[in-house]
Amino acid sequence: MNLNPEEIKDKLGLGPDKVWGAIGEFSEPDELVAAGRKIKEMGYTKLDAMSPFPVHGIDDAIGIPPSRLGWMVIWFSALGALTGLVLIWWVGAVNYPVVIGGKPLFDFTYSIPVTFELTILFSAFAVFFGMWAFNGLPQLYHPSFKHPSAYRATDDRFLLVIEATDPKFDPQQSVEHLKSVGAAMVEVVEG
Amino acid sequence: MSVVVEQNPALMEVNPPLVRANSHHELTEQISAITEGDVVKTPMKYWITLGITSSIAGLLLVMLTFLVWNGIGVWGNNRPVGWAWDITNFVFWIGIGHAGTLISAVLFLFRQKWRTSINRSAEAMTIFAVMCAGIFPLFHTGRPWRAYWLFPIPNTDLNIWQNFRSPLIWDVFAVNTYFTVSALFWFTGLVPDLATLRDRATTKVRQWIFGALSLGWRGSARHWSNYEKAYLILAAISTPLVLSVHSIVSFDFATSVIPGWHTTIFPPYFVAGAIFSGFACVLTLLVIARWTLNLDNLITIKHLENMNKIILVTGSIVGYAYATEFFIAWYSGNPYERFTFINRAFGPYAWAYWTMVSCNVISPQFFWVKKFRRSIPFMFILSITTNIGMWFERFVIIVTSLHRDFLPGSWGYFKPTWVDIGTFVGTIGLFLTLFLLFARFLPMIAISEVKGVLANEKHAFKGEEVLAK
Repeated sequence: MNLNPEEIKDKLGLGPDKVWGAIGEFSEPDELVAAGRKIKEMGYTKLDAMSPFPVHGIDDAIGIPPSRLGWMVIWFSALGALTGLVLIWWVGAVNYPVVIGGKPLFDFTYSIPVTFELTILFSAFAVFFGMWAFNGLPQLYHPSFKHPSAYRATDDRFLLVIEATDPKFDPQQSVEHLKSVGAAMVEVVEG
Repeated sequence: MSVVVEQNPALMEVNPPLVRANSHHELTEQISAITEGDVVKTPMKYWITLGITSSIAGLLLVMLTFLVWNGIGVWGNNRPVGWAWDITNFVFWIGIGHAGTLISAVLFLFRQKWRTSINRSAEAMTIFAVMCAGIFPLFHTGRPWRAYWLFPIPNTDLNIWQNFRSPLIWDVFAVNTYFTVSALFWFTGLVPDLATLRDRATTKVRQWIFGALSLGWRGSARHWSNYEKAYLILAAISTPLVLSVHSIVSFDFATSVIPGWHTTIFPPYFVAGAIFSGFACVLTLLVIARWTLNLDNLITIKHLENMNKIILVTGSIVGYAYATEFFIAWYSGNPYERFTFINRAFGPYAWAYWTMVSCNVISPQFFWVKKFRRSIPFMFILSITTNIGMWFERFVIIVTSLHRDFLPGSWGYFKPTWVDIGTFVGTIGLFLTLFLLFARFLPMIAISEVKGVLANEKHAFKGEEVLAK
């Protein structure tokens, strides 16, 4: 099998001929939210923002759905509790029953601490790994890093992104739209 | 350019801003600069301090090697005092850790914005303190290389399961969960700041290190949405966790039948004491960090004053708990219980008891006075006496209860050996070494969170300005 770098890039949607999106820069969070709202009103649906801290109101302005993390975590919490109870019952009352200090082989009351800790432990792992999974991280490369202000999105700049997958996206028009809502340094970035 | 908003001086007086900076960029610069300077150019006093603390940490290694070589008989523990400095130090260090979680989780749920300047270093402190704590029970087992016996792992050399009826195994689960969750929480909070450091990196090495550690974080609104939810859930589960950990530590004592230990007040009393000592330790570290790293604009006198208020509250709860214990000892009518408490205050360990009372109950009361709450030298000294007091609290609980057994024939008096002392001093060295390395190489203030507070305050002041006009 011949691995042609060009073909691989093509399949991954990378390369100078693949437009990933248009990005514009703002210097204040309020401007970002206001501009985002206007862009969304123009009919764009695939929007994103990049900011150094969570900007209040941006999710609503550009239509980011609420995180589903909580619903995922609750199942792992239940699994943690179940693991604790089954573990204590199985090792104490089934697999190797030993009477110690006249205490019952299994009882709910003395199982509470370990069950509780395992519930917390499982939930924490679910939150931690779930958050990265939902965010698609870790990721070695992202097209948005090509924007000249991307490195300032972790400092003091607020970027508004229109992704190329948006049905309304057009490289020239989208740039104009971003400029019309006050964005600076508007550029089309390639994959 | 960011807009600099003129702040109303009258308003500043009533409600001074928590963060003083002209722009987000200024904050990035100030906090990142601490971590970024050329390693070679770090001030000599830093290396000297690090040299001293790491030598003390080296002492810990020597002590532990000596202990493993000879067996735990080199510690002063012996009948009737089977638990002594080791468990005192364990409870002491675990307690110190609790303030970090309280600041990062509980204050977050209560929307206390002032926590953002101190939560990162407090969380780091938690992790390092729990590491120090873990050393003591681990080596008290005598055979630390068999530590995996503590976990329910099917194995062929033990052939028996752990006893889940024992509070000691609860403790294993509590402390390990606590360490893991604290580390995950800390790392989650660090990632956006690591991305900041990555984007500012000027050398290939820094780019690689922070590029890998920041996992490709780009501050996308989708990232933040999941991140904020994750942070909220972690805070919500850490809050009961932190309460449970010291409650379970107190079960080690409370579920026994030793007079002085067998009391139901222990869980809340231990938790309050833990927060009390932990806040004192955060205060000690932050007063030094604020002074040496010029962080006055981020860790303001208001932050310090708030911490002092918490020290006052928890110190008073601890004092109240001491009084309750005494009352119940008398009211129970149990002669052993009565004897234990009278012996604590007037017996051979009276010196330890009164050190504890004066450090924990009397001295925090100075914080009723605003002038003391805002005096940095005063709070620094008080934070140290508080930690001395809280160490003695655990010593008093453990040693005074054990040294007088039910049988007068087995009464004794515990004295620490040089290995006891060396091991404890060594953990202090380890703790300070880790903290110094953290303060030098990682952002010790949560950059993204402080920026959020700054943005909010600009809003608030802008609003007031508009109203004034």
